[in-house]
Amino acid sequence: MSANIHLSRRQFLQAGALLGGGLVLGFRWAPAGAAPAASGFTANAWIAVRPDGRVQLVCPRNEMGQDVHTSLSMLLAEELGVDPRTVEVVQAPADPAYVNGMLGAQITGGSTSVRDSWIKLRQAGAAARTMLVGAAAAMWDVPAAECTVADGQVVHGTRTLAFGALADAAAKQPVPKDVPLKPRAEFRLIGRPLARLDGAAKARGQTVYGIDIQLPGLLHAALLPCPVHGGKVASFDGSAAAKRPGVRKVVSIGEGVAVIADHWWQAQQALAELKVQWDEGAQARLDNAAIYATLERAKEQSGARVKQAGDVEAVFARSKPIEARYTSQMLAHVTMEPQNCTARVGRDGVDVWASNQHPQRAQALAAQAAGVKPERVRIHSQQIGGGFGRRLDTDYVAQAVAIAKAVPGTPVKLIWSREDDVRHDVYRPPALHLLRGSVQDGRVHALAYTLVSPSITNRMFPGVVKDGIDGFMVEGVANLTYGIPNLDLRTVIQEVGVRVGYWRSVSNALNAFAIESFIDELAHAAGADPVAFRAAMLDAQPRQRAVLERAAKEAGWTTKPAPGRAFGVASMECYDTHLALVAEISGDAKRVKLERLTFAVDPGIAVHPDQIVAQLQGGAINGLIDALRSKITFKDGRVEQANFGDFPIPRIGEVPPIAVHLIEGGDKPGGIGETGVPLVAPAIANAVFALTGQRIRSLPLADGGVTFA
Amino acid sequence: MITLQLNGKTLQVDAAPDTPLLWVLRDHLGLTGTKFGCGVALCGACTVYLDGQPTRACVTPLAGVGARKVTTIEGLDGKVAQAVQAAWDTLQVPQCGYCQSGQVMSATALLGANPRPSDADIDLAMAGNLCRCGTYLRIRAAIHEAARRLEGLS
Repeated sequence: MSANIHLSRRQFLQAGALLGGGLVLGFRWAPAGAAPAASGFTANAWIAVRPDGRVQLVCPRNEMGQDVHTSLSMLLAEELGVDPRTVEVVQAPADPAYVNGMLGAQITGGSTSVRDSWIKLRQAGAAARTMLVGAAAAMWDVPAAECTVADGQVVHGTRTLAFGALADAAAKQPVPKDVPLKPRAEFRLIGRPLARLDGAAKARGQTVYGIDIQLPGLLHAALLPCPVHGGKVASFDGSAAAKRPGVRKVVSIGEGVAVIADHWWQAQQALAELKVQWDEGAQARLDNAAIYATLERAKEQSGARVKQAGDVEAVFARSKPIEARYTSQMLAHVTMEPQNCTARVGRDGVDVWASNQHPQRAQALAAQAAGVKPERVRIHSQQIGGGFGRRLDTDYVAQAVAIAKAVPGTPVKLIWSREDDVRHDVYRPPALHLLRGSVQDGRVHALAYTLVSPSITNRMFPGVVKDGIDGFMVEGVANLTYGIPNLDLRTVIQEVGVRVGYWRSVSNALNAFAIESFIDELAHAAGADPVAFRAAMLDAQPRQRAVLERAAKEAGWTTKPAPGRAFGVASMECYDTHLALVAEISGDAKRVKLERLTFAVDPGIAVHPDQIVAQLQGGAINGLIDALRSKITFKDGRVEQANFGDFPIPRIGEVPPIAVHLIEGGDKPGGIGETGVPLVAPAIANAVFALTGQRIRSLPLADGGVTFA
Repeated sequence: MITLQLNGKTLQVDAAPDTPLLWVLRDHLGLTGTKFGCGVALCGACTVYLDGQPTRACVTPLAGVGARKVTTIEGLDGKVAQAVQAAWDTLQVPQCGYCQSGQVMSATALLGANPRPSDADIDLAMAGNLCRCGTYLRIRAAIHEAARRLEGLS
């Protein structure tokens, strides 16, 4: 179940009483062991036990397929003592109370949802349980220690009291501090099978996504955006469009011209009648060659040092290093639900109904567009039809509000066409990767790496990048697992005129492609087995070594496969999770077939194992978009691709079997949602080398001359 | 007014004849289970049946529907559909879920025509339905599971 609320935190504290009483808990928890977040807010978790017995989780993170509604309910229910299937998930509004302690903002991203909630939600459940038990013990006049909880009831001997009946009394109990949490051996829900709370509705077309919002008097809008990012309307003639059937209004919002109509199809068709003169702005001549030339020119900059050990230059002065240059392409997100937003600008404030991963940003942009304070904007976050980082950006919210201002008090739903979704995305950054390395005694003795790429964080969170270090750009670099005595790992931030965005696994995918391909080059240069070569550098990383060896074993890894077959391996730590992937392929230099992908994954503790498997499999298929053939290119300031025809994503017949082997080698959960992505490209590229002797150093791999069956 | 046979009912719709069936369903009739994904029949999110045949509603003008019976995910019924949806539950197929209406429609049509499809049959029948979350392996497994359930029923 799910629902939406739009109460401020203070209103919500009062809501329990207003709605007939019950126990409402709002906890402020200091982030465990962490420095206070940049914004100064700590994370909160909220639960409510209603007198009718309902247990509500006000879910601080947005559901986009990654299973937060279910996995976070499991954390709460584990300590509270309820059946998680009875938890009613209420989507949190935009409010500092719901800031993600790992990111410092109310963001669903960075594979942080379970990690951030791991302690907080279990403590919230334990505190609520203690208060419910305290209330029951007082009623029965027995020691609380003699009471237990099970399935939403407090039990003492043969007596039981339902949580709902205790809710009002429990609210008067003192809020306990430092309630001990269950030891892992006593978990009854965490790590066990559970059907997704949202699964049945999704199989029956009943889930309401942002695009499905229906409201009385709803009008519909379509937008003709400037074909060049950053350009704007110089002048326009909307008179012909205004005469089209159903059209109510034609409005310029600066970055484009919108048509408001009774129905979306009417609005969309009327766009063809618009006559617009564009001021295409600074990027009107932008093209791909210039973008990569800009990166190339920046490669001599010293950039920022991410990790350093020993003296690579001294090593390279003694013996000439192996050198390589890799490039990565730009990518669009292509969420299946195109960008959309419903907005209503009224005298009572602004309402926004939208699928989004960042309610506070949506709130801030809506406020700016409407010319009101953020507190006057109510964000009604909806189920997301695919996020992948796209909906951290909420440009579509600002547009919808700007359009809705033209019809005060009336809700307007803006829907982008797929073509605009592809052409007006925020793209995975283009990247240039420069590597030098040397091998000694069968190991990497020195490694120098420079990533040259635009900074997404500079665009989205100005001021957060310090001393040239973008914390999201160094993912997959700063946490290199190999023990290499001489290291010089750097990043160079170089803007190229492209609006760049976070794309599932962010820089992990960029850096893993280059580094894990290059480690493979060094292994072959050393005449070593690529698995053994890596394992030998993981003495200090037993969990990483374990997943590497497990993946190799499960995949049937061999350097001497049958003719026409080959294996490739890649390995990394990603969002506190250790992973290794073996790709098995067949074919020849011209045509390659993916036979099997085999993961070994150590997320520490697996909270919802079935959905970890699902995320890894889906993440790997997401990685195929990165690896095989998709790319975004610019010409004359315009994106050249438009739809699934020229920006393909894998279809069912292209997907090989994907095995996922779980190891639980840690004492807390690691991130999961993005971790399936980054190893796919290097594992396949390494397999292609093993099969054909051809080292492909650019993404997508199809540009290297290989056709994937 | 155009007459539409929809999910077992006869309706009058006040929409221009060139309006795609998808937008008639979603905007005019409020049936939002059928999804907009690409607008050009490349993704399958808008899959409905016309006289039982899977059809992309985004490229089907209202005027082209004629007397054919339209079935959407909201009107999907019968033992094959129930077996498919039960298998979807068992295999825990959906992630974001946005494409799943179309996937379920295509899978149900496949099993209606071919009660024991091979992997190749499935890949062919489901090739027009994109899933950005990558639930394909579970979709394939769930179709086989539904086929087994139906075999048990007959």
